[in-house]
Amino acid sequence: MIPGDWLPYIFLFLMGLAVLVYAVLDGYDLGVGVLLPLDNETQRDGMIASIGPFWDANETWLVLAVGILLIAFPEAHSLVLRELYLPAAILMLGLILRGVSFDFRAKAVTGHRRFWDYAFKAGSIISAATQGYMLGRYVLGFDDSPTAYGFAALSAVCVTAAFAYIGGAWLVMKTEGELQVRAARWSRYCGWLAAIGLAAISIVNPLLSPAVAERWFTLPAVILLVPIPLMCLVLIVVADQYLRQVPTRGDVGCWLPFAATAFLFVLSFFGLAYSFFPEVVPGRITATDAASAEASLRFIGVGVAIVLPLILAYTVYAYRVFWGKSTTLRYH
Amino acid sequence: MEADLAQTLMLSRIQFAANISFHILFPTITIALAWLLFYFKVRSNISSHPVWMRVYRFWVKIFALTFALGVVSGITMSFQFGTNWPGYMETVGNIAGPLLGYEVLTAFFMEATFLGVMLFGIHRVPNWVHTLATFLVAIGTTLSAFWILALNSWMHTPDGFEMIDGVAMPLDWLAIIFNPSMPYRLAHMLIASGLTASFLVAGISAYRIFKGDVKHAPRVALKTSMTVAALLIPVQIVVGDMHGLNTFEHQPQKVAAMEAVWDTEHGAPLLLFAWPDEEDRENHFEIGIPNMASLILTHQTDGEIPGLNEFEGMHPPVKPVFFGFRVMVGMGILMLLVSWTTFWHLASHRTDPPRWLQRVLIGMTFSGWIATLAGWYVTEIGRQPWLVTGVLTTDQAVTTVPGSQVGLSLTMYLLLYAGLLFAYIQTLFYMARKSVKVEEYEMSTDFNYLNTHHTKETNA
Repeated sequence: MIPGDWLPYIFLFLMGLAVLVYAVLDGYDLGVGVLLPLDNETQRDGMIASIGPFWDANETWLVLAVGILLIAFPEAHSLVLRELYLPAAILMLGLILRGVSFDFRAKAVTGHRRFWDYAFKAGSIISAATQGYMLGRYVLGFDDSPTAYGFAALSAVCVTAAFAYIGGAWLVMKTEGELQVRAARWSRYCGWLAAIGLAAISIVNPLLSPAVAERWFTLPAVILLVPIPLMCLVLIVVADQYLRQVPTRGDVGCWLPFAATAFLFVLSFFGLAYSFFPEVVPGRITATDAASAEASLRFIGVGVAIVLPLILAYTVYAYRVFWGKSTTLRYH
Repeated sequence: MEADLAQTLMLSRIQFAANISFHILFPTITIALAWLLFYFKVRSNISSHPVWMRVYRFWVKIFALTFALGVVSGITMSFQFGTNWPGYMETVGNIAGPLLGYEVLTAFFMEATFLGVMLFGIHRVPNWVHTLATFLVAIGTTLSAFWILALNSWMHTPDGFEMIDGVAMPLDWLAIIFNPSMPYRLAHMLIASGLTASFLVAGISAYRIFKGDVKHAPRVALKTSMTVAALLIPVQIVVGDMHGLNTFEHQPQKVAAMEAVWDTEHGAPLLLFAWPDEEDRENHFEIGIPNMASLILTHQTDGEIPGLNEFEGMHPPVKPVFFGFRVMVGMGILMLLVSWTTFWHLASHRTDPPRWLQRVLIGMTFSGWIATLAGWYVTEIGRQPWLVTGVLTTDQAVTTVPGSQVGLSLTMYLLLYAGLLFAYIQTLFYMARKSVKVEEYEMSTDFNYLNTHHTKETNA
């Protein structure tokens, strides 16, 4: 039997996991939408085919993350969404637009296809940027100073770039030919933009919040933590070197940029989590203070313990079914 | 400040109603359409006739579109509780949270993941796996309905909890899930979905035939859907009646509003029409069948029906509940007439329905939506002023976000929804028209699922 006072931490961990999985998975498909070229319909078809079987399930991780916030930390859920009322509404607008455009573009009157392609791209950009903005507001505990809003704007750009970065890497893995070469170039540019953003956020964040600075820059923590930014740098350089050489002979290691960017997401996420644990809303409320009744957490905990491994298993299965280059999707 | 709060409350209520009304349109179709698709797939597996696969292929595309609209409008719902109704989760979050959580865990992931296999994987997995994926999607949509209706029913007839310091604490999860109104509401909604999907399939199929489609597929779909509807509608009438009796027992003020009974009456008439006047607390222009309401609700001609005046200040607004109920019942009767007529025609003549009946079926394509929405308005407006009966009122739960912000988000949602609804309906009929001309070869639809080679398709 798990002790009751562990439960808030277990759910905090699960929520973190859901957010991380969401950022990687919906990150790449939002990124593909952000990158959608307006000048080449065949490439648009190829790109959208590459995320076709996955986007729906990817987005479900957001529902799970918000769901855990709602279920396990209702007070924090109200606080966050009250502060982010309008951004949340705009995020909904973006997610709705891109989700439906995906299906409408395939079925609508031929003359309307272009409209839905634009809507898909616009929806993806709106969703990615609002998520970055919301993250930036959240990290500084919804501080109302102009600096905090500037930080949120920076975060919006950085997250959009990061999604495009991993989206491009996904395309390098899932496509071939001209589109693959183009995607590699996009991914590289966005990668550097994301890297600059990541560095800026890593510097600005401790400057703006002393609590974060203390966590990172005191002994012995600082020694243990130094490898994290170093590893990030190595990953960015490795991905960049590979992307420079696309297409490689025999397409060897086409998964490498995606693996590197995904790992970069994990490290960045760890950095954020380390900065704020065990707070649910930075500087405002901790996991224990915001947690629901123990009986409710136990009841849903049983479900999570049984169902989460199943979800992971069939998610892996679905990815295996659609393994390989996505262009073959249409020919089989 | 008072005025602003009142404005926030009104706008939040309209926004929630708009969001959930828009959302429910799509699950109402997909819950039952998933089972129809499973049926088509199984028929295709056991018979060698290719028509079943063609029916499957046409409807799976419409399913995918409808499902996508349901998913994205559903994400909005999960944010709504926090953005507009923080008092709801703060008071009953310990109950509502886990039920919503189980929906995400047991239903959302399963349907979303296997939908990918169902839509794109037909030649990548063995046939039985594809059939299984179709089955799991259907199970997922139904499970989703199960959890949501458990929570919704609990808000009407809460059970299995205790209040400690103003917060609901769970005592017995089985009593919470299977609360008194849950079995009736769930059955009523699942059958409503069956009828909505049947009339959609029938309407679009009739439209194809009307436009000169000579193929076998729309006829098979029409026959299947009208058989389902003809069987479901009498069951729905019985279940609806049981649900009404359950409401009479647990929420008499709602039934009083449905029947517009102001003073407690013995032998109340069943009003076919009336104009309820909430100022003078009486009805104008009454046309009714004497003693019938009492007979239906109490099974005695002089049975007592408590009037709205017994619940002064704590009963729902009368007009929307009263008229909503009549719209729903009227639609139900129309569905009964049309489905039985069509079924009788198809069974006895074995020819296409006559043109006039085709027109009627086309006109009834979205009749399920009207009946379902009217029914939901009856039950949800009928719950007011309570959010959770006896526990929390709606105005206690609303956010403190300024009314102007809610007004802005509401405007945004309304514009978006209007555009999407228009596009959805237009696309359905466009797909139907396109299928009239295009012969559905075994490969073509699969090859073109994303419609990436539409020019080739029209040549085919």
